[in-house]
Amino acid sequence: MNLPFLAIAIFVGFLIALPLYRVAVGPTVFDRVIGAGLIGTKSVLLLVLIGFAYQRIDMFIDLAIAYGLLNFIGTIAAGRYLERQQGKVK
Amino acid sequence: MIFLSAIFIFAGLFFLAVSSIGVLRLPDFYSRTHAVGKAETLGAILLLTGLAIYHGWEVCSLKLLIILLFIALANPTATHVIARAALRSGLIPWRREDSK
Repeated sequence: MNLPFLAIAIFVGFLIALPLYRVAVGPTVFDRVIGAGLIGTKSVLLLVLIGFAYQRIDMFIDLAIAYGLLNFIGTIAAGRYLERQQGKVK
Repeated sequence: MIFLSAIFIFAGLFFLAVSSIGVLRLPDFYSRTHAVGKAETLGAILLLTGLAIYHGWEVCSLKLLIILLFIALANPTATHVIARAALRSGLIPWRREDSK
């Protein structure tokens, strides 16, 4: 257990909790998508920091790469879908 | 070397905190894209650079740099796609009340 990295990971987890307000309340659907993207990118960093905290970075880094790819695909798909709904989205 | 990595990591944490607060505090969607597209990308780049410096010359550092490159390419691209979708679907940008 590496305590400084655990503290940094807890701080990043607290930073993930803040945009949840924007995902839940956000006035438009685009605010929700962009808040989810923010949470996804910070989750990649949180996975890397958890790997450093438990000293198993060789295992967690592959999970972080896969999660980053999935997050990017999800945001692009939501953008392409919402672009076709012209005038219907509020 | 550990001081250099600590400087990078804490600078990265600062920019990540700025991006989280910016998404909460900025007035409309188009200004919130700045917090996601710029501040978070810079924070992630600084944090991953600091972690790669801390880890030293190994395979995992190379994978950290791959994640860094991917985030630096993907995060502004995704933000741009969402902002373009919002503009084309008719979301009106925010203006200050006295500037009309």
